[in-house]
Amino acid sequence: MLPDRNGYFGPFGGKYVPETLMPALAELETIYCQVKNNAAFKKELAYYLAEYAGRPTPLYFARNLTSLYGGAKIYLKREDLAHTGAHKINNTIGQALLALRMGKKRIIAETGAGQHGVAVATVAALFKLQCEVYMGAEDIERQKLNVYRMQKLGTKVIPVTSGSQTLKDAMNEALRDWVTNVRSTHYMLGSCAGPHPFPLIVRDFQTVIGREAKKQILKAEKRLPDYLLACVNGGSNAIGLFYPFYNDKKVKFIGVEAAGAGVNKPHTAATMAKGTIGILHGSKSYLLQDKNGQVSPTHSIAAGLDYPGVGPEHSYYKYTGRAEYVNATDQEALVAFDLLARQEGILPALESSHALAYLKKIAPKLDKNKIIIVCLSGRGDKDMEQIMKREESL
Amino acid sequence: MNRIDAKFKELKKKHKKALITYICAGDPNLRTTGELVLELEKNGADIIELGVPFSDPIADGPTIQRAALRSLKNNTSLADILGLVRQLREKSQIPILLMTYFNPVYQFGLEKLAQAAVKSGVDGFIIPDLLPESGRAASRILKKHKLAPVYLVSPLTSGKRLALINKESAGFVYYVSVTGITGARTSLPQDIGRHAQSLRRYINQPVAVGFGVSNARQVKQLSAWFDGVIVGSAIVSIIEKNIGKKDLVAKVGRFVRSLMAKK
Repeated sequence: MLPDRNGYFGPFGGKYVPETLMPALAELETIYCQVKNNAAFKKELAYYLAEYAGRPTPLYFARNLTSLYGGAKIYLKREDLAHTGAHKINNTIGQALLALRMGKKRIIAETGAGQHGVAVATVAALFKLQCEVYMGAEDIERQKLNVYRMQKLGTKVIPVTSGSQTLKDAMNEALRDWVTNVRSTHYMLGSCAGPHPFPLIVRDFQTVIGREAKKQILKAEKRLPDYLLACVNGGSNAIGLFYPFYNDKKVKFIGVEAAGAGVNKPHTAATMAKGTIGILHGSKSYLLQDKNGQVSPTHSIAAGLDYPGVGPEHSYYKYTGRAEYVNATDQEALVAFDLLARQEGILPALESSHALAYLKKIAPKLDKNKIIIVCLSGRGDKDMEQIMKREESL
Repeated sequence: MNRIDAKFKELKKKHKKALITYICAGDPNLRTTGELVLELEKNGADIIELGVPFSDPIADGPTIQRAALRSLKNNTSLADILGLVRQLREKSQIPILLMTYFNPVYQFGLEKLAQAAVKSGVDGFIIPDLLPESGRAASRILKKHKLAPVYLVSPLTSGKRLALINKESAGFVYYVSVTGITGARTSLPQDIGRHAQSLRRYINQPVAVGFGVSNARQVKQLSAWFDGVIVGSAIVSIIEKNIGKKDLVAKVGRFVRSLMAKK
């Protein structure tokens, strides 16, 4: 079972944090181990996922997209239909229930696109927790709608002006806050990254995506899918979809990273394509960095994919060959966005659009009896202003 | 004997405590860093911590973050800093530790770094995002080369972990005065003396205290309980305010001398 006792997935993961955080990580691990198989906790989590977040989300057969590509059958796992409009709520409900059990009255988080931030702000309102969310100043600019949503939910959004002013820097600031206020505060990390036990906890809370998808596809097609496709940065929606199929060796996993302008351009966010093993934000994983170990600036049109690292379990899947990691450019993602809107009447998040972009490379080549499930991790409403501006400037 | 151990032994004989000063190497440039080290020594510093800049310093407050950024703008690398220490060894035998994050160390390669550090005359390493559990291999390699891995202890560290940290550390143990990041503070926790005493049950080597220490009053107060006092951000902030001025080095020297006023 991975991760091991020390939080490693093979050579990846672990705990690389200031000593001050050790008791908090230990407490989190202890409480999680206590409750994860506890019937009352599972019941409470299931209740909120169903009654509050609206789960299960549908597994929708995308008939028009399928016939357009003329190959494999394409199913969309509709995480965009979950409450708050993305898969992030699966994790924040779970972690809020842990925070309550630890008696922590304040929660903090980092956010890139603002989807995690909104999901955190939502559970903070629901469970009456004080909440502050760190967000890069550049991301605040390109995801204004989500900033306003968080504020309306009663959360304070703190702009981060250091470094590249994106997700990486928001995470630095959140960690600094946590080191300072660790006695009273739970850090609600939003991806399957960071120090152990976060990659484990976030994965487990997100596996509801894959568990539902498995049941749904078995019902619809009486068999398992051939491919699972999801966008990857930290990679929580991808790991949530993949993990329940881990032992179904015939099911292939494909993670799609953000290439920005292209993997060979100076600023990309394709960690798996261009990264080397390094340590950032508490764990060992692939990382975009220079030869001296300084973390590289990244670029992606999708704020939620604009990060130089990747969750350690994904690094392990790459390392062992269990999953394949590919990438899509900003432009390819925008084309995929338009295509899904016109073909299926669904506006996908720019992050999810990266996964959709890869369909054109794989779906037409596959037989019609093959099945692909794409994780539609979030909805695109938050991106409308950014897309509008980009089209006006062309 | 390692220069750090020798220094603490010498100070103990004189019933003195160590003044440990931190500056970020390459801020504002490496040449000035070299001059600053000599000036710090001349004005009473017993041990030097040289910061090796990292792009994402999660344990540092704004002052040291900005210093790291200035240094990185000059493309200061770990190799450059080792070169600087090597030059300094022609003029000074003050104990020098490098303080950085684990990624630059990991990319350099531990064994290669340990060998280069010995050659340059570096005495130890402080890596705030390396826990003793994650650092076992690193500690082993450093100790093999008679270099000191200095681990940090926080006010929240349990007794069991203190024993582990004592076992893995050499040179001294770094006590972080507050739960928080680096940066000058006007007041320190009230119960710090009690904490200092309880540490001694588990730690049988020198303990130096840092984070938040910025003036002579604090240095004096903390010297009563600890074997060394570390001042960082307060010095870095003087460097920052005097960049481009001719008397930058002298001003830093005067400030460090003032820290000793009540020692």
